Amino acid sequence: MASGIKDKVAILGMGCSNFGERWNDNAEDLMIEAYVEALADAGIEKSQIEAAWLATAIEEEHVGKSAVPLSMALRLPNIPVTRVENYCASGSEAFRGAVYAVASGACDIALALGVEKLKDTGYGGLPQRNRGSVNDLFWANASAPGSFAQLASAYSAKHGVNKDDMKRAMAHISVKSHDNGSRNPKAHLRNKIDEDKVMNAPMIAEPLGLFDCCGVSDGSACAIVTTPEIARSLGKKDLITVKALQLSASNGREAQHNSWDGSHFVTTRAAANRAYKEAGITKPRDQVSMFEVHDCFSVTELVTMEDLFISDEGNAVKDVMDGFYDADGKIPCQIDGGLKCFGHPIGASGLRMIYEMYLQMQGRAGDRQRKEEPVFGMTHNLGGFPHQNVCSITIVGKEGA
Amino acid sequence: MEVGILAYGGYIPQSRLQRSEIAKAHAWFNPGLKGLAKGERAMANWDEDSVTMAVEAARDCLAGLDRDQVAAVYMASTTFPFVDRQNAGIVADALDLRSNLQTLDFASSQRAGSAALAVALQAAKGGSGPILFTTAEKRKTLAASPLELTSGDGAASFLVGQGKVIARLLGSQTEAVDFVDHFRGENEDYDYSWEERWIRDEGVVKIVPAAVNAVLEATGVKAGDITTFCFPLAARGSAAAVAKKVGIPESAIADNLQANCGETGTAHSMVMLAHALEGANPGDKILVASFGQGSDALLFEVTDEIKSLPARRGVSGYLNRRYAENNYSKFLAFHDLVKMERGIRAETDKKTGLTTLYRNKGMAQSMIGGECSQCGTVQFPKSRMCVNENCGAIDTQEDYSFAERTSKVNSFTADRLTYSPDPPAYYGMVQFEGGGRLMSDFTDVSPDMEIAVGTPMRMMFRVKDYDNKRNFRRYFWKAAPDGAAKKGE
Repeated sequence: MASGIKDKVAILGMGCSNFGERWNDNAEDLMIEAYVEALADAGIEKSQIEAAWLATAIEEEHVGKSAVPLSMALRLPNIPVTRVENYCASGSEAFRGAVYAVASGACDIALALGVEKLKDTGYGGLPQRNRGSVNDLFWANASAPGSFAQLASAYSAKHGVNKDDMKRAMAHISVKSHDNGSRNPKAHLRNKIDEDKVMNAPMIAEPLGLFDCCGVSDGSACAIVTTPEIARSLGKKDLITVKALQLSASNGREAQHNSWDGSHFVTTRAAANRAYKEAGITKPRDQVSMFEVHDCFSVTELVTMEDLFISDEGNAVKDVMDGFYDADGKIPCQIDGGLKCFGHPIGASGLRMIYEMYLQMQGRAGDRQRKEEPVFGMTHNLGGFPHQNVCSITIVGKEGA
Repeated sequence: MEVGILAYGGYIPQSRLQRSEIAKAHAWFNPGLKGLAKGERAMANWDEDSVTMAVEAARDCLAGLDRDQVAAVYMASTTFPFVDRQNAGIVADALDLRSNLQTLDFASSQRAGSAALAVALQAAKGGSGPILFTTAEKRKTLAASPLELTSGDGAASFLVGQGKVIARLLGSQTEAVDFVDHFRGENEDYDYSWEERWIRDEGVVKIVPAAVNAVLEATGVKAGDITTFCFPLAARGSAAAVAKKVGIPESAIADNLQANCGETGTAHSMVMLAHALEGANPGDKILVASFGQGSDALLFEVTDEIKSLPARRGVSGYLNRRYAENNYSKFLAFHDLVKMERGIRAETDKKTGLTTLYRNKGMAQSMIGGECSQCGTVQFPKSRMCVNENCGAIDTQEDYSFAERTSKVNSFTADRLTYSPDPPAYYGMVQFEGGGRLMSDFTDVSPDMEIAVGTPMRMMFRVKDYDNKRNFRRYFWKAAPDGAAKKGE
């Protein structure tokens, strides 16, 4: 029986670039920005890094294929460098690669870096692109918002939530993330908004309006990981360790089998169950201190809080409206602004979430620092479409917790 | 051996552009168009072409009948989407007919439709099996031309052969005259027309009676005994002038559907014939004539079998499936008559790998999915391994056709971000009766419809993507509302 990843790997250092419309920067500039901060934070030399992982999802818009762009940008000394892509879970996948490499004993120190340069497409939103030669023959002409928007119709129908209540809860989620983002100097969107503004915004894909959708940003984030022993030998105290790393990919059930009703994420439930088990968490609503979930759209966050077993099924609307997930609520969700306001440079997003947990647990989160000391932090990515996706879950926390 | 029509079908697109809107837009330039400003014309959706409309008419024609018996598919049009790729072959594929089949396209004249029916009837005498004939037109017209107002888009289809005919062919005659009332040259999208009065007086009124008289003479039927006279020309009084000249009673003149459809080009004499058959009684004598470099005249007698033909929508069913379109700009955009800013998202290359298409054409064109012989799960698309998590058997899937299965909406959206020629793009998960599902594009969601979870849907064969770089188009099936609630209900 596998013992899992819990407490086998510690975060040695992290860095994150400013996210946003980085008109004057190439992907290389973003990578260097995140890397320099992470390396200084780790307090090591570049030569101590033994392997590296690069995450980027829409590489054709910036660096192109392979891991060479990372190796070139950081002038890595011909060490193993691997590029990973797994939709919006790409950043978490890079982290998983580096963590597993250290846990296996294959190397002592490994680096994971995610980067995305999305603002070179000429328009807002993600690029319109083909889906593969066979898929293009029959896949619906679906955008990201249009795919996720359907959660709302299926969820409302299943739980008997009327359109206005649903839209209002979604609006509350976005208002909360804008509040949080306003206190984050690295965030893409730092303006506060109110619910009426969300409710009256132009429609993107019914029922999602403009403010139900996250920002599309340029940015990069970086983690350097090692074993707890090495971390201590390098003088680190109060370690933040990895508690769980889980991934779940759709197998066609949602897209092709009628056992899924379209109101939730099959993969998130599978990954969350395994992650709690791996981390030894038995009562997530009482034990998890904070969440960074994949709030690509407001409705995704709403539904996800049930799939992570925090809100009871059908109860997320109430929890959201009660302020349960607000920065000063019982369990803050997206205390850094989330994808919604920190921004969503795809390859960097999973690492950005872990970066926030890492800062919060060290009390380094500035204006947005949570007063209650966080013990477990959970990050979640959902890549693809509700009916066909990958879900990654990472739990980090205080060593020994 | 007696031959005739075994079944008929029709199809008219649901959008009806109000002619008053067309005339209003052009009044500053040509106030004379006001004379044609009454009623409405059928307007194909952006994802419809002659092939897709022909498929719909053929599906209607084959309703309740065995498709495996079809021995040939003929298609007639002057607006084929492909000049060199057999269009009838695409129709046959969409209908999932067997490949041991004769397929043939008829073109190049406004009487291609009637000529193809005459040829089909002649071929049917050989007795190799019923011939499916289908004809459709999506005529391109210049802005502010009279044709823009009088034309409509539509299709008709007939199953022709021996045996239990619902209308037996009494006779068929053709008068071939190279009378050039209009023409469309090579690589030209639009017609060039001559003066209407000359066309009527020297063309229609002289050429058509010759064909009609020939068929009456050959069959020994008196003009006065004709029950229904189908003559497709939009020009006012054309049918009456011909009828008068040959002695057909005025009461026999069939409605040319100018008020609620428009003239559907070479398909129109056939659309009128299909329409006439809907209300026909045994013993009725239906005469259909066309006009285009001569005239075809075909005379049918309706039989008792018409009473036992399975129910179908017919031309009337589709005429009733309508909404009034008041936006002439949309018509201009659909027909590329105006340079539009379509947005940067419209730039995506829609190249189709012809190898990919051929390998997957059962899925993409015939909408064949799979049924697991081990656990009975049906799924789309078919795959090597069964999607049922409790089964997972390999290579147990047998062909399972989804095209004719109805479904219900599970989830949906109206998307204004993704590029669509007719935003918002509606799509969603549809779940089929009998199992299986698809995240499907929706089509024909009219502005007055309310889509909801549970709305019944029906699949329709449509253009999925236009590859404007290479002038290719790929087809697939889309879900269309089949009895959606009207807004505000």
